[in-house]
Amino acid sequence: MSSVDIHPLVSGARAVPDFATFLRIEMLLALRRRADIANPLLFFVSVLALLPLGLGPEPELLANVAPGMIWVMALLATLLSQESLLRSDFENGTLEQLTLLPQPLYFAVLAKSLVHWIATGLPLALLSPLLAVMLNLPGEGYLCLFVSLLMGTASLSLIGAIGAALTVAVRRPGLLLALIVMPLYVPVLIFGTGAVQAAIDGYAYSAQLAILAALLAAAAALAPLATAVAVRISLDN
Amino acid sequence: MAWQWFHRLGSPRWFYQKTGAWLPWLALASAVLLIVGSIWGLGFAPEDAKQGNSYRIIFVHVPAAFLALAGYYLMAVSGAIGLIWKMKLAFAVMRAAAPIGAVLTFIALFTGAIWGKPTWGAYWVWDARITSMLILLFLYIGVMALSQAVNREQVADRACALLALVGTVNIPIIYKSVDWWFTLHQPATLRLTEASSIDPSMFYPLLTVIIGFYCMYAWTLLTHTRTLLLRREIRTKWVQQVLTEGK
Repeated sequence: MSSVDIHPLVSGARAVPDFATFLRIEMLLALRRRADIANPLLFFVSVLALLPLGLGPEPELLANVAPGMIWVMALLATLLSQESLLRSDFENGTLEQLTLLPQPLYFAVLAKSLVHWIATGLPLALLSPLLAVMLNLPGEGYLCLFVSLLMGTASLSLIGAIGAALTVAVRRPGLLLALIVMPLYVPVLIFGTGAVQAAIDGYAYSAQLAILAALLAAAAALAPLATAVAVRISLDN
Repeated sequence: MAWQWFHRLGSPRWFYQKTGAWLPWLALASAVLLIVGSIWGLGFAPEDAKQGNSYRIIFVHVPAAFLALAGYYLMAVSGAIGLIWKMKLAFAVMRAAAPIGAVLTFIALFTGAIWGKPTWGAYWVWDARITSMLILLFLYIGVMALSQAVNREQVADRACALLALVGTVNIPIIYKSVDWWFTLHQPATLRLTEASSIDPSMFYPLLTVIIGFYCMYAWTLLTHTRTLLLRREIRTKWVQQVLTEGK
């Protein structure tokens, strides 16, 4: 095992960890694996760069498909990075140790999802205006695209963690993970693209954003519970 | 004492012996109801004023769609029972319900597409109800794929149960989608609590077919569950007895 793989919980901390500790540890781990942060972003940008090559460079056409394409690509980028969310922790035994802590697994899992969002969703949202310019998205949609991606990707990270936990013991989970998580992503996608489309058409879009916020609140409260149960199930394997 | 039946249900052997007697009756009931309902609905019910004869697809489409949704609830609830009371039988029912539900969802989508061509002018429309039924199909397929991917039976059972439970969040959205977003698909016409907006001459054959579908669903589910139980309990004495003595 290389030194990079050693989990800080195993190597250092003595005291019983709280949520802040989990968060700090996960951030540290994420910063150590910079490629894992960069890859979804590069995927996001490169697929969106392929789009004008496939569809043709007409500005009107690109403007029409831009909100949907940016959202779908954000969804795929989040999904692709979910696979590694729990993998190394499962392989080196950290996940098992986490279930033995006196704290509920909920907080450890919530910290993981939060850091996953900071490492993928947040940069995607920050990058989205740039891609919106490249795809000729009408100016009215920028703010809404940014805000909807900011909230939507957080829900995606939380929901996707359930799938990651269910498939962590499966040898090659890639496509299986996509298959079981995709249907759960649909409401977020519908309201995310709906908000951007409404903003472009000049309608009020606060209702869609409010629903996205409600989905996020529900996902933050419930998804880590399901993920924690799924982790325990998978560890029985 | 009152809970004795519930604990008995946990015993695959008891379930296997009890349900064996129900199967012929369920098969008979579903055959009679489906044949009578189909002939009544296809041959004798009046033509629709606007849609002509094409509306008659509801005699397959509506019951299949009913059971596709009800089957998902059944799968999720039996998964929950399995997770909570660690009941082997409940997991077997859950596993058996997944492929049946997937087929029924597919039938509902397929018949809807056939009907959509002459009526809406397109096989497929991205309408709220149709899209959500497609998602339901993916939910079923996800549960089936997960059960295939996990090697150990007990782990697969619990993983699928959890996935089915998480997926139930989508089911009310699917069920209510027609009432919430008034899109191309018509709102529900059959109601239990108030007067249905469908003519009695069409309603009674439809009701017959729906009950027939329920009987057929029960029959298929029981048969599939019994087969799964035999395969899972193959090492126990009672299965050996069943297999050798044909009881």
